[in-house]
Amino acid sequence: MKNIPLSYSIRNLFARKLTFFLTLTGITLVVFVFCAVLMLAYGLQKTMVDTGRADNIILYRKGSDSELSSGVDRNLVNIIATLPQVGRSASGQPIQSPEVLTVINLDMKSNSSMGNISVRGVTPGMVFTLRPDVTIADGRSFNPGSREIIIGSAIQKRFQNTNIGQTIKFGGDEWTIVGIFDGDGSAYESELWGDVDQLMQAFNRQGAFSSVTVRLAELSQLPSLQETLESDNRLLTLKAESEPEYYRRQSRYLNIFIRVMGLSITLIFSIGAVIGAMITMYAAVSNRTKEIGVLRALGFKRRNVLASFLFESIFLSLLGGSLGILLASLLQFLTFSTINFGTFSDITFGYILNREIILYGLLFSITMGLAGGFLPAVQASRQNIVSTMRGG
Amino acid sequence: MNLPKLVFRNIFRHSLRSALTILGIGVTITAFGLLRTLVGAWNTGVEASSDNRLITRNAVSFVFPMPLAYQNQISSIDGVEQVTFANWFMGVYVDENQFFPRLAVDANTFLETFPEYLLTREELETFKRERNSCIIGSVIAERYDLQRGDIMQVTGNIYPGTYEFVVRGIYRPRDQTTDASQMFFQWDYLNERLIQDSPGRANEVGWYIVTIAEPSQSAGVSEAIDAIFLNSRAETKTETEASFQQSFISMSGAIIQAINVISIIIIGIIGLVLSNTMAMTARERNQEYAVLKTLGFKSNFITRLIVSETLLISVLGGILGLAITFPLTDAVQEYIPAGWFPVFEITPLTIGLSALAVAAVTIFASFYPILYAKSQSIVDGLRQIS
Repeated sequence: MKNIPLSYSIRNLFARKLTFFLTLTGITLVVFVFCAVLMLAYGLQKTMVDTGRADNIILYRKGSDSELSSGVDRNLVNIIATLPQVGRSASGQPIQSPEVLTVINLDMKSNSSMGNISVRGVTPGMVFTLRPDVTIADGRSFNPGSREIIIGSAIQKRFQNTNIGQTIKFGGDEWTIVGIFDGDGSAYESELWGDVDQLMQAFNRQGAFSSVTVRLAELSQLPSLQETLESDNRLLTLKAESEPEYYRRQSRYLNIFIRVMGLSITLIFSIGAVIGAMITMYAAVSNRTKEIGVLRALGFKRRNVLASFLFESIFLSLLGGSLGILLASLLQFLTFSTINFGTFSDITFGYILNREIILYGLLFSITMGLAGGFLPAVQASRQNIVSTMRGG
Repeated sequence: MNLPKLVFRNIFRHSLRSALTILGIGVTITAFGLLRTLVGAWNTGVEASSDNRLITRNAVSFVFPMPLAYQNQISSIDGVEQVTFANWFMGVYVDENQFFPRLAVDANTFLETFPEYLLTREELETFKRERNSCIIGSVIAERYDLQRGDIMQVTGNIYPGTYEFVVRGIYRPRDQTTDASQMFFQWDYLNERLIQDSPGRANEVGWYIVTIAEPSQSAGVSEAIDAIFLNSRAETKTETEASFQQSFISMSGAIIQAINVISIIIIGIIGLVLSNTMAMTARERNQEYAVLKTLGFKSNFITRLIVSETLLISVLGGILGLAITFPLTDAVQEYIPAGWFPVFEITPLTIGLSALAVAAVTIFASFYPILYAKSQSIVDGLRQIS
């Protein structure tokens, strides 16, 4: 005997509109949150990994786990510039940017409180060779030797008095905003940039940079660079790491927080939706006791009945799951800004959907459908033909 | 007619369905309770704040220190009782994932400013006397199995070098909101090392904690402090301890918002599950409602019947949920890395919100069945008997 037609299951679902709608909405909401959490974690990861290139290497003091607590002496920068692994520009200049990173407070637009913002002193000119993804979106770049800064587009939207021409006061001086830059979705968009020498002076850093970022002459030279650091006594205090690796590490706690907290809570309340589906399916089975009897009398096997009810439940949850994913995809129009626990400063990232998340969302909804539908389907298939026909 | 008895019997008519609904609500309330506990944990810093303490920090940001000399200058302001200070030391203890705060503090004054850290007189005296001593919270002592006399080795990251401290005191929290997962050591010990290793960073203070006599004067005193250092190399920003803590929470505002949205979605899911059950129940009992009406019961009685039954199921679910939440919260606290959330407790507010959620869901889920029962005429109801 053939299988019970799928349309039988689907039509049955629509027969009881209210119950169908309530269960569907429950599953939709769960899958929506599930996908939102994954999209957020992926958005953070993408922002961090997009910040930098594999052949950009950041050098900072061993033992300090971020630029914020690192110090690199000025004379080490000259030594680094001579290393053979450091790439050269067309004019023969080493492609490197000694930088200083610190944090300042600005007033947020959304409420009266203050937020922490990373301020990065960079090497004028060379920094754009090093990070070609960063482009001036509006205004111009800062002039070397001046108290001018450019502001990342993500924070420009979120903080007060950050338009071109306005000034920000820190380090005992007024700094004029002369441009807004885009960073192609990277974490740089959450930073302020100015001339490194000016910022060092303002912050009284006395010749200690936070880090030096260099371009490798060839991508494969990171191990060789690390060996050089180990073998040169003057450079022993430094640690070399690729930019993607460094930024991934800076965001690891936020990432763990979003994933672990978000997913475990979602898993817990998804049980609620699964039980909702189970109640619906049990009701479907008990309402159709006679029908099941008829189906069995017509010669459909127990497994056909089981498959039919299971399909009904999976169809319901897949429909809910698809709606949830669809709803979650709308989140891509929003951005999410919070403090990064690793750097103590503001970071903006988006909800980003990818194929994997869609797949996980669908798998998750199928799992919910199976979990909710299995026991009722087994009950349906176990019905005794004679007693079901007699009932009612 | 005995309403409670009827309600009670009714929920056993479909005992599997009722049990599943109660379980579903229970599990979902658990998720809700965990989320609210998380938000509560976030806020403990604010709740633990004392309104007679002000925090003075560098106006540019917390990264920048202030001169040690500020202590005397702040002390001289009217209304200021005591000024103490601390530096964020952190460093790496055991491995990178052990987050509890490690602070260099002014040994003579710091612990007097924070009476909620309970210590014996002897512990306090020893701490003040011995340069390399440290005080740890009871949570830390338990987690790392540390006792008085044990040595803690911390590798500096902000301040390079390896530091060894002898545990000389274990403080107990006075209040439920008190953070018992910190470590304090003598600021002088750090400063002596800095004078030797990097004199440019010596004699600098991370933040001042100013005790004031009258909480009502906090605004005036704050302004007076900031006025002294205006136009100096290190301008200050002074605010109450609570608003200082609040500013850290505001920075993660989006996370709190997301948690709030999820909380509402969770309540929505509970509402859907319960509505589903109650809608099914109402339709099945159409004939009964007709019979009850025929017997002379008013539709008010049927409304009460439906609401009582919905309420009973949701309350049972809520109780089950809270019963799971308590042990689960303890388990979660064990699992969270030390220092992420110093206090992770179910608060009365969480219980209250859960109860509110149960009430809201009851109203929501009773809505359709009541409308349905009222809309059905007696004749239609009885006809179904066929």
